[in-house]
Amino acid sequence: MHAVVTIKQVPDTSEVRIDPKTNTMIRGGVPSIVNPDDTHAIEAAVALKEQFGGKVTILSMGPPQAIAALKEAISLGADDAVLCSDRGFAAADTLATSYVLWAAILKLNEEQPVDVVLSGKQAIDGDTGQVPPGVATRLGWPQLTYVRKIREIDFAAKRVVVERVADGGVEVLESRLPAVITVGREINEPRYASLPAMLRAARFRPRTWDKTYLELDPQQIGLRGSPTIVSKVWAPPRRQRDPVIMIPNADRDPDGAAAKLLDLLAEDGVLDWLPAAAQAAK
Amino acid sequence: MSEPVPAAPKTKATARRATAATARNGASAPPAQGSPEQTTMTERLAEEGRDFSDHKGVWVYIQQRDGVAAPVGWQLLGQATQMAKALGVETGAVVVGHDVRHLAEQAIQYGADIVYLVDAPVLRQYRTHSYALAVAEVIRRHKPEIVLYGSTNDGRDLAGAVATIVKTGLAADATQLGVEVETRLLQASRPDFGGKLMSTILCKQHRPQMATCRPGVFETPKPDPKRKGHIVEEPFDLREEDIPTRVEAFIPEKSQVDLASAKAIVSGGRGMGGPEGFALLEELAEALGATMGASRVAVNAGWVSYEHQVGQTGQTVRPKLYIACGISGQIQHQVGMQDADIIVAINRDPNAPIFKLATYGLVGDVFEIAPALIRRARELRAKGAEREPVGARKNGA
Repeated sequence: MHAVVTIKQVPDTSEVRIDPKTNTMIRGGVPSIVNPDDTHAIEAAVALKEQFGGKVTILSMGPPQAIAALKEAISLGADDAVLCSDRGFAAADTLATSYVLWAAILKLNEEQPVDVVLSGKQAIDGDTGQVPPGVATRLGWPQLTYVRKIREIDFAAKRVVVERVADGGVEVLESRLPAVITVGREINEPRYASLPAMLRAARFRPRTWDKTYLELDPQQIGLRGSPTIVSKVWAPPRRQRDPVIMIPNADRDPDGAAAKLLDLLAEDGVLDWLPAAAQAAK
Repeated sequence: MSEPVPAAPKTKATARRATAATARNGASAPPAQGSPEQTTMTERLAEEGRDFSDHKGVWVYIQQRDGVAAPVGWQLLGQATQMAKALGVETGAVVVGHDVRHLAEQAIQYGADIVYLVDAPVLRQYRTHSYALAVAEVIRRHKPEIVLYGSTNDGRDLAGAVATIVKTGLAADATQLGVEVETRLLQASRPDFGGKLMSTILCKQHRPQMATCRPGVFETPKPDPKRKGHIVEEPFDLREEDIPTRVEAFIPEKSQVDLASAKAIVSGGRGMGGPEGFALLEELAEALGATMGASRVAVNAGWVSYEHQVGQTGQTVRPKLYIACGISGQIQHQVGMQDADIIVAINRDPNAPIFKLATYGLVGDVFEIAPALIRRARELRAKGAEREPVGARKNGA
């Protein structure tokens, strides 16, 4: 079995701080991590390897520093890792990104046929979830997104059955393989890196493929290959909030404070039942 | 009906690799060099010098399951009609499924001038392959300038595939929509991951400009049963054997926690200390007639399930009343609730950031204040019940 996991190195947005004076993100010192949903995809692939034997290859498009993310994936049990990196890939939107990853998967497929591509369902920075469908469409493979469980998988029969989170419920979907499967936190608990895997990761050197090696059309990569651009970043007018009204003695007289709060809320009319009830209580 | 067109490889080597992939394991081969299918619509436009004047109309994809439309489709028709009016073009809708003509009629009531109906037995259930081909084909034939989808799971699944087939731009999860009339550019905006800032996405050189848009953000227009429009039936001839997936079953799962439409929310964070704290908040929520929410910290600690999470990695809510208990108010949480009408903060730390955002603040022990609120709320409810005649009583939000 050969599973490819596409991952992305992202800034840890839970650690992002806003500079209150300029309203911009303080980028310095924000740690980079493997996109959280992708760690679940790595775990799913490694679990398949443990069950069926075979190989897990990590694939990512990013700047050279993304090598750290690939090495982390190795420490979580992956066997091989490839970084697609080139100045020409910069400012790629999801269409230009899926183009690069498609070409890389074809190359990997030539080395050893790919049975399944796994990915996190979306990245915490871009938040689009659009790259895996793009990759699947280009490959002509089925896409199974928002998968919360792989019920059955048979590489010999080239068949998989998944539970897919749709709107209003869960779809049980059968598909041919190979396929592109995207997953989120519900599918598994990623393991901690084992010591042997960490040692392996420390020594591991991922391969780096550029646009020349991948034989890519310059019109379809990076900024030129991106139909969408971010045109502006702006602060939305936030509703003007008056300074907070502190209800006194909430620590010493909770009952008094509770009564005061509910009186205020009755006046504001934010709870349907409250104004009439407060009136009745007078 | 053609197969989805993978990116046309520009070199013999990539073409050879792709063909080998087909031979080995079914990865589809690209169409022959120079074939009509290979030249995508946008490449044709490039050759023609980027003239988009033949692309007209603002469309909405009407997501449906079992003949029931997802509300986001009607919400987006409200936006689409405004934009179409500004641009001087028609509002369109795309309905895909089987036995769904009634949805086309509904779309007209909600504002569509023209509805493209793709109705075939093979389309009874949503599957990416068949639906993406259907939508891409309708786009190819009728050339809209803008297409909007709900950013539901199925909407994102579909739009991502369609954008790749058609080779055009797709903005994700827009919470604000507009058009710049002089340039005819769609402006799809959404909060960036800091939350305090909005980004606007443009698609300048490709058509149609597409966006998935967040459900529950845009108002639902009033349907007009007297409105007139056209329904165009589009042929679709994909065979079942050509679709690589099969829906074995659909298990409806209505989430018990509806934060998106809740008018009042009682939410807990780190200060609640554990699951017992949330049992207390459940009581408070029940006493007030509110829904229970939680911060990421509480969910990650396992005190409450993820369905309750409010914030950047949870849900965005816009209730009339948001009571934040033991929540410090980090930006990642604020992003999810800062547009509530009235915010009440209960926290023992007077310096917690939440107090800057709050309407009313109570500094103290939530384990004293919450029970006091419960007592008072129950007292008031009881008094209200005594006075009001039976039947006039309303349940709180």
